[in-house]
Amino acid sequence: MTTTQDQTQDQAAIFNGTATFKDSRSVDGTDTRAMPAFVLGEELAELAEVDPRIVVLTADLGRSNRTTDFAARHPDRFVNAGIAEKNMITMAAGMAASGLVPFAATFGSFAALLCAEQIRTDCAYPDLPVRVVGHHSGMSMGFYGTSHHSLEDLAMMRSIADLTVVSATDANHLRALLRLSLDHPHAMYLRLGRGRDPEVYAEVPELVVGKALTLREGTDLTIVTTGSEVAPAMQAADDLAAAGVEARVVDMWTISPLDRDAVLAAARETGAVLTVEEANGTGGLGSAVAECLLDAGLAPRFRRHGVPDQHVPVGPPAALYAHYRLDGAGIAAVARELLEGN
Amino acid sequence: MDLADRARFVRTETVRLTRIAGAGHYSAVFSCAEILAALYYGELRLDPARPDWPDRDRFVMSKGHAAIGLYPVLADLGFYDPSELDTYTRLGSAFGDHPDAKRIPGVDFSSGSLGHGLSICVGMAWAGRLRGSDHRTWCLLGDGELAEGQVWEAAMAAAHYGLGNLVAVVDANQLGIDGFVADVMAAEPIEDRFAAFGWDTHRVDGHDLDALLATFDALPARGGDRPQVIVADTVKGKGVARMELSPDWHVGNLVGADYDDVMAELTA
Repeated sequence: MTTTQDQTQDQAAIFNGTATFKDSRSVDGTDTRAMPAFVLGEELAELAEVDPRIVVLTADLGRSNRTTDFAARHPDRFVNAGIAEKNMITMAAGMAASGLVPFAATFGSFAALLCAEQIRTDCAYPDLPVRVVGHHSGMSMGFYGTSHHSLEDLAMMRSIADLTVVSATDANHLRALLRLSLDHPHAMYLRLGRGRDPEVYAEVPELVVGKALTLREGTDLTIVTTGSEVAPAMQAADDLAAAGVEARVVDMWTISPLDRDAVLAAARETGAVLTVEEANGTGGLGSAVAECLLDAGLAPRFRRHGVPDQHVPVGPPAALYAHYRLDGAGIAAVARELLEGN
Repeated sequence: MDLADRARFVRTETVRLTRIAGAGHYSAVFSCAEILAALYYGELRLDPARPDWPDRDRFVMSKGHAAIGLYPVLADLGFYDPSELDTYTRLGSAFGDHPDAKRIPGVDFSSGSLGHGLSICVGMAWAGRLRGSDHRTWCLLGDGELAEGQVWEAAMAAAHYGLGNLVAVVDANQLGIDGFVADVMAAEPIEDRFAAFGWDTHRVDGHDLDALLATFDALPARGGDRPQVIVADTVKGKGVARMELSPDWHVGNLVGADYDDVMAELTA
């Protein structure tokens, strides 16, 4: 682990925004400085240059979520709440009630599960513009285990009224979400991965809450997915195309409100719907899509694909994705099963 | 302004409005009636014509179940028409058992889940300082509420951020729902606990209006760097003999002759 000298260098690196964890502390041994999707602090720092309402809070995780990049440029508008997430979320609500737009970031497990009541009662019910950022969501913390996984957050958050629930797909998508969030009238839960998500969007996309993005057209089935599973779903679509199956891929980044039109169009136009999410299959994106279809009286071939209703085993993230067939090859295999009626 | 009369008004209105609902938190209001009167008629910097005035003092009733005592005060001060109170708890009313800041002018935050209010106030006080405002943020807590861990997260943060513009008032009325706080989950020594977290502490008889005002006056000037807590020793149910320190009246409903007797007792 670190020496005092290392820590000094770390501190310097943190406050000039060039580093986060050291390699030896990363989840799977790769260089955490290569975190292309973790533009959270950098983008907010840019936005804060022209928007004095922006403040950023974290709970002793600035190195993990790169809000240190914000702190380095706007120290007066950065709050480290210490390891006290509930207080952080509620403080953010107090700031929002005072005219600020606070972004409060911590692991998804702590944001959504530990602070569910603070999010509902203090952010959503008063209808305040608090932006709760749950990062390292799903099982992206790998062998850190269940305490650090947030496989339930989509189900929990989407059941809260006046809370907008969105997933970030990659760096450019996260930039778009943060820009969009500034004038969004409701509280938001922003679900982020662990910052290694491969690029899906070459440019910053135009986003409208409630409108999904169709990334690939197809006629044989539609893969409706979100967040960290968008990139592997695109890989799966490539694999399927090589075998003559054309899959539409819908990035359902807007979990609540859901893009019902995109779901219904998928069912009517492709006849088969496969939902893919890095979340417990109970109550998350797949459930939301199923509700939408049944409410409309549609019954396409349908399958919810996510993490089964169990606590996941120990393993590096990539191994867990393969284990649950949430990598490109796995999603393609599940799609073939759906089409073949298995 | 006769503050004793206003404290009496808080109590009688609470009894009147509870009859509309058929049940209400009498005794938790009665313990803080003088605190509300002293704050709203003697201390807080407010302008009822501008409920969103950025430099107003903030007041968050963390013990939100005492809102029935706050609603009449806000009406009396002119935040809204007193006749609106007659809708209390009826379908669609702005006025429920716990206060809704979205619907009620003068309510600075929605509360009800105990343990959250002090965190709200830390956020408000921090935001006020960032904005360069000299407003104070006041938080009213119960003593039973101090068992909530988040209170102490907020207490730690307030001192760490040096929020001298934050004042917490603990309505130490001695009772929770199941019995005496000292028996259910002891909150004392409250002053020592806050002091250990880095707060300046004050202790006062929470039913002595002059003592309350003197304590407010003795607070450091706006802009200090240590949060302030006032522990107000009170009696749950104060003013109605049958309710004082009785665990049977946390929620209740006075009907018939009992209603008339209590009203007579309060207005005697």
